[in-house]
Amino acid sequence: MSFYPICAEYNDAPLAEQFGSVTEHDVRRALNKTTLKPEDFLALLSPAAIPFLEEMAAKASQLTLQHFGRTIQLFTPLYMANFCTNRCVYCGFNTKNDIPRSQLEPEELEEEAKAIAATGLKHLLILTGDARAKSSPDYIKSSAKILSKYFPSVSIEIYAMTEEEYSRLEKAGVDGMTMFQETYNEKLYPELHPAGPKNDYRFRLDAPERACKAGMRTVNIGALLGLDEWRNDALKTGIHAAYLQNKYPEVDIAVSLPRIRTHVGDAFEPKSLVNDQSLVQNMLALRIFLPRCGITISTREAPEFRENILPLGVTRMSAGVSTEVGGHTKDDEKVGQFDISDERSVEEMCQVLKNHGYQPVFKDWEPLGAV
Amino acid sequence: MNEDILEIGGVKLNSRLLTGTGKYADDSVIPDVCEASGSQIITVALRRVDLESDTGNVMDFIPEHMQLLPNTSGARTAEEAVRIARLAKAMGCGDWIKIEVISDNKYLLPDGYETAKATEILAKEGFTVLPYVNADLYIARSLVDAGAAAVMPLGAPIGTNRGLKTREMIRILIDEINLPIIVDAGIGRPSEACEAMEMGADACLVNTAIATATDPIMMARAFGRAVKAGREAYLSVPGAKHSHAKASSPLTGFLHEG
Repeated sequence: MSFYPICAEYNDAPLAEQFGSVTEHDVRRALNKTTLKPEDFLALLSPAAIPFLEEMAAKASQLTLQHFGRTIQLFTPLYMANFCTNRCVYCGFNTKNDIPRSQLEPEELEEEAKAIAATGLKHLLILTGDARAKSSPDYIKSSAKILSKYFPSVSIEIYAMTEEEYSRLEKAGVDGMTMFQETYNEKLYPELHPAGPKNDYRFRLDAPERACKAGMRTVNIGALLGLDEWRNDALKTGIHAAYLQNKYPEVDIAVSLPRIRTHVGDAFEPKSLVNDQSLVQNMLALRIFLPRCGITISTREAPEFRENILPLGVTRMSAGVSTEVGGHTKDDEKVGQFDISDERSVEEMCQVLKNHGYQPVFKDWEPLGAV
Repeated sequence: MNEDILEIGGVKLNSRLLTGTGKYADDSVIPDVCEASGSQIITVALRRVDLESDTGNVMDFIPEHMQLLPNTSGARTAEEAVRIARLAKAMGCGDWIKIEVISDNKYLLPDGYETAKATEILAKEGFTVLPYVNADLYIARSLVDAGAAAVMPLGAPIGTNRGLKTREMIRILIDEINLPIIVDAGIGRPSEACEAMEMGADACLVNTAIATATDPIMMARAFGRAVKAGREAYLSVPGAKHSHAKASSPLTGFLHEG
């Protein structure tokens, strides 16, 4: 059993019709429940819930405060390489895009680590493009070993791996895994990922579950909102998170809510525009459906918007971000995976959080080496 | 009234309220919370302790007079809890440890079996072990055998502020277990802490309800007073409750007639 057959049912369902037939009564009922079912989550994501956003916000805010307190955990991504064998039509690292490609050597990686560690950050997310031959599992493993000298928590956001590979990385000190399905729409998926290993929809779909089985502490999933109708992917992402939470209760499941941003390459037209209201509705519905689920917001979002959504369910934020390989140590002009919107430093971000009554949490894990 | 002392692991305490360090908007409020609550024991998640940090370390805000109670938050097995406890000791956090073994991130309910295993190992190593468990007599007995210094049953799932949902089970632990019973988790309001103390609990641990209050210092003070009031009520042995006014001896009065 995997998430695949569950997701397939949603892929076959007439979702537009289901979202369209939700009534005000359905939304109220969902809002009054303590434990929500998938149909309640669907109701909160529907157009009928839009007039209830303020009520949803009050509930989401209270749940977040109760379970996570007035704290936001900070992390930053480290782009180790941008070699890529995929042709994701919406991505700046697309193999067809003529951009300088590189991969950090161990010494460069260590310099980058030192530069990030100097900002005080303790949770690191390492990224590569999807190029198994260049950025091999062994390269990731040896890099993780270097990085764990500087960071108590190292997570990966790389190509989909086997359970055994995840397990090896877990033993090398990697405690978290992030994997975006991009879109759960199985028909649309191959159109957006026409070539490369990422073309394998199911191998990617089951990757978060393999990471759970391999013993990762945190597994962060998400869809790139806008590739498909946002409500469809928002619904399936939440159902996926609930599936993982129920089956692997020992793993901390988190969801990211990225929406498409600009990058170099062919102008890609998103299928749906995810405006601020839609993103907020998605976050609120998710928080009410899964009160203990982590919610991650990246620097793709604009500073003011990131501040406005602080009380609505956010638990983790990236800060001090560069999406370029070696972006924390090298000054020369590089091309990132996507353009970031919130370019504030870690220090500035901390001050902003404090001004809003939140404690920036740098360290929330202690690696358990042999004692 | 003689001085009312709570003794745990050979340490004598006047306060019966334990506090925490999580979920605060700003850790700098912790000293004021400690003072307002009168608490003498404070728990801190080792996973949050960062001795190298110059951007702020929660340990910097814990007043010196407080008895530090590191906890094993994040441990999913007995083995992980044991490792965290040893790390805490190695990092200079002392040899008291609150064991939390939780492998269900959805409800955050403690795993009694793994907790008992960790308690046994750590008690043998000389730790003063305070295990956080479900309010269950069998688990509590196994903790006594394992060498725990106190038993910390939950009032309701952690962080829920739902109050004393396990009231009747806690009452059994109070009656049957010859170790301090510290109600941990779930207490949302001072009145609930007061009730636990009236029932005869030896102490309460309150974190979320204080840390997430709009005015944590005032809430800390309220909890301090509630715990004290409940304790005094318990010690004063309240009269029995009756739902109706009672005639003096309606059934056996005849024995005294004539």
